[in-house]
Amino acid sequence: MIRYTEKIRQAARQLLESGKVDVFIGFRKGTVPMMSEPTLIRNAQAAETLHWDSNCGINLANYLPKRSERIGIVAKGCDSRNIVTHIVENQIRREQLIIVGVPCEGMVDRRKVTRMAGGDILDVVEEESRIIVTGKAGQQTFDKKDVLQENCAICIHRNPVVYDELVADLVEEQKDVDRYEDIRAIEDKTPEERWEYFQKLIEPCIRCYACRNACPLCYCPTCFVDESKPQWLGKSIDRTDTMTFHFLRAYHCAGRCTDCGACERACPVGIRVRKFTKKLEKDIKELYDWEAGLALDERPPLDRYRPDDPNGFIL
Amino acid sequence: MEGNYYARRKFALLKNLLEYIGIEPGRLHFSWISSAESTKFQRVAKEVSDAVQAVGPANKLIKELAEVA
Repeated sequence: MIRYTEKIRQAARQLLESGKVDVFIGFRKGTVPMMSEPTLIRNAQAAETLHWDSNCGINLANYLPKRSERIGIVAKGCDSRNIVTHIVENQIRREQLIIVGVPCEGMVDRRKVTRMAGGDILDVVEEESRIIVTGKAGQQTFDKKDVLQENCAICIHRNPVVYDELVADLVEEQKDVDRYEDIRAIEDKTPEERWEYFQKLIEPCIRCYACRNACPLCYCPTCFVDESKPQWLGKSIDRTDTMTFHFLRAYHCAGRCTDCGACERACPVGIRVRKFTKKLEKDIKELYDWEAGLALDERPPLDRYRPDDPNGFIL
Repeated sequence: MEGNYYARRKFALLKNLLEYIGIEPGRLHFSWISSAESTKFQRVAKEVSDAVQAVGPANKLIKELAEVA
């Protein structure tokens, strides 16, 4: 995937030089291993700083809402679906965008690599399907497919759904993936067990809101957790407040979440927050046969109805 | 009229999500009752009350910290 870098630089240089875009949004290498970071560049020389590898998991669509310039943006499958969501929700206009599509083969979970390497990592070299890691214990080689982010391992939309140019040929989509195995396992528990499970899941939460900030769906000018009149939600790390925050955050993403994994990636204490959003994603698919971000000309599921929607729960 | 249909979708998801995180099924109820359906209102109110009593006191989602005045 590393070979995409040169193509992305070329595309950015060309777009900025020709004046087709005012700003180009992509990734640059981070200051520590496995932490590529988003960058906005405004002149063609800066295209040299652009970078692409398997650590570009943050969702760039997050940088689009309310921008008025013409924008070039790098988009893998999930970014592109969130771009579609932004267009549908009037956060950005399609005409403003030149989308440089990246057929994605999955992003690496840096926590998994660190765990498998047995401690701090000093350097990482990426080859086609291998990750060569240098840690304090020496050099180790991992198969990339063994260290993918959980959401990437079950991804069925690796190719961008909208794009103006592509940096490589489209990749083959994964088939016969069971996307909701973990959610079903939770659903099979008793209510008491589920409550315990989620209490334990959110226990380390420090209410830093990194999950919210990394999420391209969270763009409200004032978030419900920040409002003080009325105060919908307590600010403490009382478990009730924390729980309410997590399930309401997930609920706000219903029918919009593309399971890009940016929330989990951003969490400083490693909470698997996708356990909340994925349930809604599953329900939306099962009840309303909808997957977010695939169509520019359809209203999202909570902005629509069918008279014969599932009804069994109504007294 | 339409609002009921939109609400139905949102409600189905909310009910599933609450049950998923471990709130007992039977705490949350939803019904469509016209102002002309007094007998239905009575029946539903009783059903809701019975169902909630059967589950017992709600001990989840209660704050443990004292509120600051």
